[in-house]
Amino acid sequence: MSNEGVIYRISGPVVTATGMNAAMYDVVRVGHEGLMGEVIELHGEKAVIQVYEDTSGIRPGEPVLNTEETLSVSLGPGLLTQIYDGIQRPLATLEEVMGVFITRGVDADAFDLEKKWTFEAVVGKGDELASGQVIGHVQETETIVHKIMVPPGKSGKVKSIKSGDFNVTQTVCTLDDGTELQMMQKWPVRSPRPYRQKYAPDTPLVTGMRILDFLFPLAKGGAAGIPGPFGSGKTVTQQSLAKYSDAQLVVYIGCGERGNEMTEVLDEFPHLIDPNTGKPLMNRTVMIANTSNMPVAAREASVYTGITIAEYFRDMGYDVALMADSTSRWAEAMREISSRLEEMPGEEGYPAYLSSRIAEFYERAGRVETLNGDDGSVTVIGAVSPPGGDISEPVSQGTLRIVKVFWGLDAGLARQRHFPAINWLNSYSLYPQSLDQWFRDNIAQDFPEIRTQVSGLLQIESELQEIVQLVGSDALPVDQQLTLEVARMIREFFLQQNGFHEVDAYCDINLQYKMAKAILSFQESAKSAMASGAQLNDVVNVQSRTDLMRGRFEKGYVDDIDDMVKKMTAEIAGTVEGN
Amino acid sequence: MSGKEYRTITDVKGPLVFLNKTEPVAFGEIVTIRLSDGSIKNGQVLDTSDDLVIVQVFEGTAKINRESGVTFMGDVFKLPVSTELVGRILDGAGRPRDGGPAIVAEENADIIGAAINPYSRQSPHDFIQTGISAIDCCTTLVRGQKLPIFSASGLPHNDIALQIARQAKLKGSDEEFIVVFCAMGITAEEYNFFRSDLERTGALENAVLFVNLADDPAVERIITPRLALTAAEYLAFEKDYHVLVIYTDMTNYCDALRQIGAAREEVPGRRGYPGYMYTDLAMLYERAGIVKGKKGSITQFPILTMPGDDITHPIPDLSGYITEGQIVISRELHQQGIYPPINVLPSLSRLMGSCIGEKTTREDHKSVSDQMYAAYAQGRELRGLVAIVGEDALNERDKQLLDFSGIFEDKFLRQTRDEDRSIDETLDLCWNLMSSIDTKYLVRLDQKWIEKYHPDNKE
Repeated sequence: MSNEGVIYRISGPVVTATGMNAAMYDVVRVGHEGLMGEVIELHGEKAVIQVYEDTSGIRPGEPVLNTEETLSVSLGPGLLTQIYDGIQRPLATLEEVMGVFITRGVDADAFDLEKKWTFEAVVGKGDELASGQVIGHVQETETIVHKIMVPPGKSGKVKSIKSGDFNVTQTVCTLDDGTELQMMQKWPVRSPRPYRQKYAPDTPLVTGMRILDFLFPLAKGGAAGIPGPFGSGKTVTQQSLAKYSDAQLVVYIGCGERGNEMTEVLDEFPHLIDPNTGKPLMNRTVMIANTSNMPVAAREASVYTGITIAEYFRDMGYDVALMADSTSRWAEAMREISSRLEEMPGEEGYPAYLSSRIAEFYERAGRVETLNGDDGSVTVIGAVSPPGGDISEPVSQGTLRIVKVFWGLDAGLARQRHFPAINWLNSYSLYPQSLDQWFRDNIAQDFPEIRTQVSGLLQIESELQEIVQLVGSDALPVDQQLTLEVARMIREFFLQQNGFHEVDAYCDINLQYKMAKAILSFQESAKSAMASGAQLNDVVNVQSRTDLMRGRFEKGYVDDIDDMVKKMTAEIAGTVEGN
Repeated sequence: MSGKEYRTITDVKGPLVFLNKTEPVAFGEIVTIRLSDGSIKNGQVLDTSDDLVIVQVFEGTAKINRESGVTFMGDVFKLPVSTELVGRILDGAGRPRDGGPAIVAEENADIIGAAINPYSRQSPHDFIQTGISAIDCCTTLVRGQKLPIFSASGLPHNDIALQIARQAKLKGSDEEFIVVFCAMGITAEEYNFFRSDLERTGALENAVLFVNLADDPAVERIITPRLALTAAEYLAFEKDYHVLVIYTDMTNYCDALRQIGAAREEVPGRRGYPGYMYTDLAMLYERAGIVKGKKGSITQFPILTMPGDDITHPIPDLSGYITEGQIVISRELHQQGIYPPINVLPSLSRLMGSCIGEKTTREDHKSVSDQMYAAYAQGRELRGLVAIVGEDALNERDKQLLDFSGIFEDKFLRQTRDEDRSIDETLDLCWNLMSSIDTKYLVRLDQKWIEKYHPDNKE
């Protein structure tokens, strides 16, 4: 048998070839046009291939060529600021080659192979190199130093190494055994990149979104799921995270989503400034856009392409955040392929291996000791789009079993225009225990206690609301009315956040703490004023409280808030009659 | 390719014909089947291998037998396109239905359509004024958007779609849309309604109609929207027109998809619909938009009827995940005699933010829209409470909001079928209606807009 066979059968994105020597997950070129595909099943002589491009017009009898490589991504300087499709073809190059519509049979390098980068060696002749060791630096963008590493599996003594301007395929370092190292390396997307060991996460991924950081924090190296029905703000939340989270690098995967939305991201990101570095956001971003009408097999591959790139940067010792929007589309791609293969389905037509694939994907998140002894992390945030918003379906359930943070989006809140529409009653994070020490050390000693008080108030509110539904709020005793008022303040002043407002979109974690404290001090002073005979109405309507709440839209709020709280406390004390 | 005719049909099942021993047949290739009486049916290859070819027949498989001759046409399905299409009525497979001559092709376009490179798209930002207050104010339509109407049987979605087609224009411009109308499985009566309305208003001259009626072959519905969108793409991206595509009813399309899936014995997804329905719908809906370097645009208005008024049914559900919002028609409002019965609460336009404001509509639009929405939402909620505790138990603020919800429906939503309100009229109307609420409760309105637009501050 040779590495060339012929097509036997075509059924949508699934093609069967015969007479070809093939192994599982080999990448093949299908038909006269050389469409890219991947072997996903073997039956005796026959190899079943999923094809990453449209197969209309392809006939049985056309050739299939096995490249004998597995589906891999190219890794090296030039990755950042790129926008790829699901199989790492840069969309800008595709536009140059084929115009505005994506046709097929076009191959494109993942990045410019000719561009010269300034390589600065950090090891010298005679040094003993291990796998993963950094041999040199390239200043890839203003903010990111791209560390050139010895590819996993290779090691040895340096015979020669030189600094200077090279393109990514030129040899920069030769080892004693003759191994030549270039700045570009390849890695098969379906295998996790190796590391020494996983650590327990202990640092939060600060996102600037109050409800996330304060109530349901995510750790660097953790995994979070965001399920929600359509229109509840999954994409806006994901985009906010991509913009404002304090990861050093962001990989954003638009997996089977809307074209116009992706365009919005592509238009907007190059103009945005990273609040953590003050530099353009694109400098730290790699985007993968495989919209819903692009080939379904490439959609299946897109999440793997993304996470492999994320792992590569993790290996340099960076904290990387990966957003996948939406993992349901990825699961549906698996379902579609599986059904073409006539596999026995599991729940709702999804393949039986769905939950293990989801688990494998999220397991590639983590905070690790890299091969070179650095500390790096990949944080994975996956959006889930459950049909009808019902999270009892297989993708949501498969996700919830594995992630430690659940940010549940709620259609009801979205309808009330409460954004981010994350339901504070059913969302959870299992990280506070491991992160509390960080919050105590870096923000405030009583941070966890304040959090408990705030979430406690929200819990009490939900119970009181049930009564209010029946009898109206006037029938409650005044102290409970005050509790409702405080909880309303938490919801409207603290939890609601305008993701499009220039100031409010990003809230510093210190400010979050101060705002939470401000709410509690309102409760305190209101309580004591009312105990001395003040009327609830007067207490609630003090102007300084309105000012305090409006202030969050102003710059410099973090400096003014303490004074505003003092003013409010004084004014509330003044509502006691006779004062 | 050769015109060789094969008589190797082995099985016929539902809309599918199975045959063996052929030359290599391309996936997606067009097929003609000649029956013993000489009549011709068309089909398309769904599955092809050395041993077996599966053909999906558009006109139904009646009268096909093992003697029928099958010819493979050597090409995938293409639509002859030219500007002559404008003003024509075609059937669901693209043949003239109006008695006119065949379309002389300027080019033949593949009906599957290639995906637009997301990098080459341009963000939609041109406000389309529909003249319907509920849409213009609360779920603003943008040129290049895909905004479906989620309706249900017995509701006036057709009237709304027609009113939009008639009235839609860019603010401050007379530039008209070319309407591409695509009917899938609607009744002859509904079709006549559409056609006569388009004729009456003269819009037919600026429209292309693709019509598959309820008694036409169901499988043909799979290609009808693809033909319509191919025509739309040609007119928009080759000929610089702004195209408004209305298709009705997506539910019939999805049912046809299910029918083929069942005939192929595929593993069904939810409610028997195929697992690839999301991708399939996306291949239609995503053919809306604006691309760099082209003057034209495609705006889509798909209409779908939600079976059992259920918005979580797979058809509206999957659509909602792909489209940029939805306009939801409410049976409750319809029964109260309100036209257009648009329930703004679950309705949404995702692209609204990019097209409203000082430069396009009016500076106070966002503020007004938020406040109208919030006040109406609260008012509606209070109706539930009033049913339990009575109106007397409400405080002053709640009473005003409750009253407002009625005013909102009666004065804001309600308009006649030919009432074309400009965006300024709509926003002024909003201010008038909101003045029934004490200003101190209108917390979402910016103070500076209150000073400028509130009726109390105008003489």
